[in-house]
Amino acid sequence: MDFTFSEDHAMFRDSVRGLLERECTPERVRTLWQPSDSPGSRVLWGKLAELGIFGMMAPENAGGLAMNEVDLVLPLIETGRAAFPGPVVECAAVAVPALRDLGDEALQELWLAGVASGDTILGFAHAANNLVADADVVDALLVGQGSELHLFPSDQLSLTHQPANDPGRRLFKVDVSSGSADTRIAGGQAASSLIADALDRGAFGTAAQLVGVAQQLVDIAVTYATQREQFGKPIGSFQAIKHALATVQVKIEFAKPLLYRAANSLATRADTRSADVSQAKAGAGEAATAAAKTSLQVHGAIGYTWECDLQIWMKRAWSLDLAWGSAAFHRGRVADAIIDGSSPARSFGFEAR
Amino acid sequence: MELSFSPQLQAFRAEARTWLDANVPDPALPSLDTAEGFALHRGWERKLNEGRWAMVPWPVEYGGRGANLIEWLVFEEEYYRAGAPLRVNQNGIFLLGPTLMEYGTPEQKARFLPKMASGEEIWAQGWSEPNAGSDMAAIRSTARREGDFFVLNGQKTWASRGAFADWLFGIFRTDPDSERHRGLTFILIPLDAPGVNVRPIAQLDGETGFAEVFFDEAKVHVENQLGDEGGGWKVAMATAGFERGLMLRSPARFQATAARLVELYREVGDSADPALRDAVGRAWTSAEAYCLNTYQTASRLIAGGSIGSEASLNKIFWSEMDVHMHETALSLLGARSQLLPHAPEAGNVGSWLDGFLFSLAGPIYAGTNEIQRNVIAERLLGLPR
Ligand SMILES: Cc1cc2nc3c(=O)[nH]c(=O)nc-3n(C[C@H](O)[C@H](O)[C@H](O)COP(=O)(O)OP(=O)(O)OC[C@H]3O[C@@H](n4cnc5c(N)ncnc54)[C@H](O)[C@@H]3O)c2cc1C
Repeated sequence: MDFTFSEDHAMFRDSVRGLLERECTPERVRTLWQPSDSPGSRVLWGKLAELGIFGMMAPENAGGLAMNEVDLVLPLIETGRAAFPGPVVECAAVAVPALRDLGDEALQELWLAGVASGDTILGFAHAANNLVADADVVDALLVGQGSELHLFPSDQLSLTHQPANDPGRRLFKVDVSSGSADTRIAGGQAASSLIADALDRGAFGTAAQLVGVAQQLVDIAVTYATQREQFGKPIGSFQAIKHALATVQVKIEFAKPLLYRAANSLATRADTRSADVSQAKAGAGEAATAAAKTSLQVHGAIGYTWECDLQIWMKRAWSLDLAWGSAAFHRGRVADAIIDGSSPARSFGFEAR
Repeated sequence: MELSFSPQLQAFRAEARTWLDANVPDPALPSLDTAEGFALHRGWERKLNEGRWAMVPWPVEYGGRGANLIEWLVFEEEYYRAGAPLRVNQNGIFLLGPTLMEYGTPEQKARFLPKMASGEEIWAQGWSEPNAGSDMAAIRSTARREGDFFVLNGQKTWASRGAFADWLFGIFRTDPDSERHRGLTFILIPLDAPGVNVRPIAQLDGETGFAEVFFDEAKVHVENQLGDEGGGWKVAMATAGFERGLMLRSPARFQATAARLVELYREVGDSADPALRDAVGRAWTSAEAYCLNTYQTASRLIAGGSIGSEASLNKIFWSEMDVHMHETALSLLGARSQLLPHAPEAGNVGSWLDGFLFSLAGPIYAGTNEIQRNVIAERLLGLPR
């Protein structure tokens, strides 16, 4: 029993954070809101790829690092903290392990080799998301369709952009009616289990980003509340402000261990992994949406403007909270697992009599 | 990261389970806030100590097993699984004990720890005074030095289990010219000393769960001073840190409540508001989050880390979770939840009402949650004072 991350994990997190603080600034994020700038997004994507994030979970013979969710979770939090644009979760945490698990070496060679270097971007369309985020930047989209898994190279995709609230996470309706035996990469039981795993991994990765988003929202509010003065003193000295932010920090702090445990459950394929992921996703979503509301309130009117960078993270909190299953969906899965399970529910370490 | 229990831990768990299954009193002991219940709980502490289960993390010389924090968590999981009695000496074993290990002289440790572990001496905590609650540095009770003795005057209040306890620890103003947190000294006081008067106070449930303690020229030997004279605040803060930190509310307590809540839902859920299903799931998740957070902290401490103001996050979390779980249980039971257990129609209401009332004290004692939010905002987030 050792619920800590290694020094290597911490060092890697720090280098991802350092890179994103330099490169993924709010100004940069705003320029990437324009769809015409997708070459710019490739440049940014490439910098993150240089650190080795995207191939982390790919097998070694496909240029990957054969790592797992425990290795990926801290970097993913950082991508949330930076509101990094693009399908990071869908590529690194969902599509890559799906192709790994599918085990088809020809497919791996074709699609995974370029992922590690950042040359290839993969996405994953799942029934949990009726619109697909960032589908315009992918080179190939894995699509879970009923009990089949398809892979569409981008030139076979038909996308309709759906303008939405979060300008940094563009949504698309994807027409998959061209799916055929050519695009089909798995069927039957194999496909069903890959698609179920995709939901768990997508929810997990999104939860990680939400934790980063939540912390960033609090940190921005703390900075603002320390500088902004009213009644002759910083607004951060008022207890109503302090307590609101402290309340959010408690939520964040207790979302984290659920997230880390979910990472471990996925990595070890624990039979509780789906419920563990759901606890993490619901907890992270609640922390992030609470952080968004509170951070806006702490900012007052300035936070309600387009100019204020707060919107970058607020809107990310809302869009990610509803991606890969809403908090309500995931709480439902948890309740099903603990209440309807035939055996007495088991909690971490504790076993009821 | 390794989240499985090693064979050694599993063996330790099995050993604890076997002993507890064989020894936990059945039926459960009467409330420890009665004279009879208190005596029976003291007897249970003696039995635990005979099995060397009273304080597993303590060194062997004081009756412990030198267990690490993870082993302690495992023991607690088994303790709550077995439905074992509340720890009547929790102020001693969880709060004063660790403080003594840090600040006590070798003589003090040898004098107090073994009797604490065996339940022979049960401790009450004396911080609060009528005019010093959240603002603990406002205390006025004094200790005047006369030769080898302190002479105590003043009043402490809300001392949990003070009505039946044997000893009290608290801070007293030893420097009459001092203000606030300076000039205070941490003193250990036998409650049967002449000049010490204990007056029980009935709590919300009608039982004498706490007491006020009056000091009228009460004499205590200076060897009962813990830490430096005038340095009592620092020692008291260490004790308060243990209270908010890892020991006082071990996760298994809430996991056991969450498991009972699931059982209750399975029994009565068909007729209950479907929204309560969500509340039960939330309660379960909260208990898991608290447990996992504690394992994280324990792992960090074992690896040489420390715990500071983060303890305030814990205190808010467990106390609010406990209230929420009990509110959910009462909603599931409906109007029947208000019945006392001996009411003819009470049926399976069990101890939920009792637990509900007690849960409401959680956000007040051990530093109110408002004070904890101040700490989080100022010390963790860095907001201006
Ligand atoms: C069941 C129970 C057991 C207890 N056991 C013990 C014990 O064994 N030993 C012991 O010494 N004490 C004990 N206490 C007392 C407890 O420590 C105090 O109740 C607590 O410190 C609060 O003090 P108070 O009750 O005087 O409330 P006050 O300090 O008067 O507070 C009243 C309200 O004002 C708020 N408030 C006060 N100051 C601030 C501030 N700066 N900012 C924001 N809000 C503020 C508080 O949060 C609270 O909501 C116990 C209390 C209970 C309920």
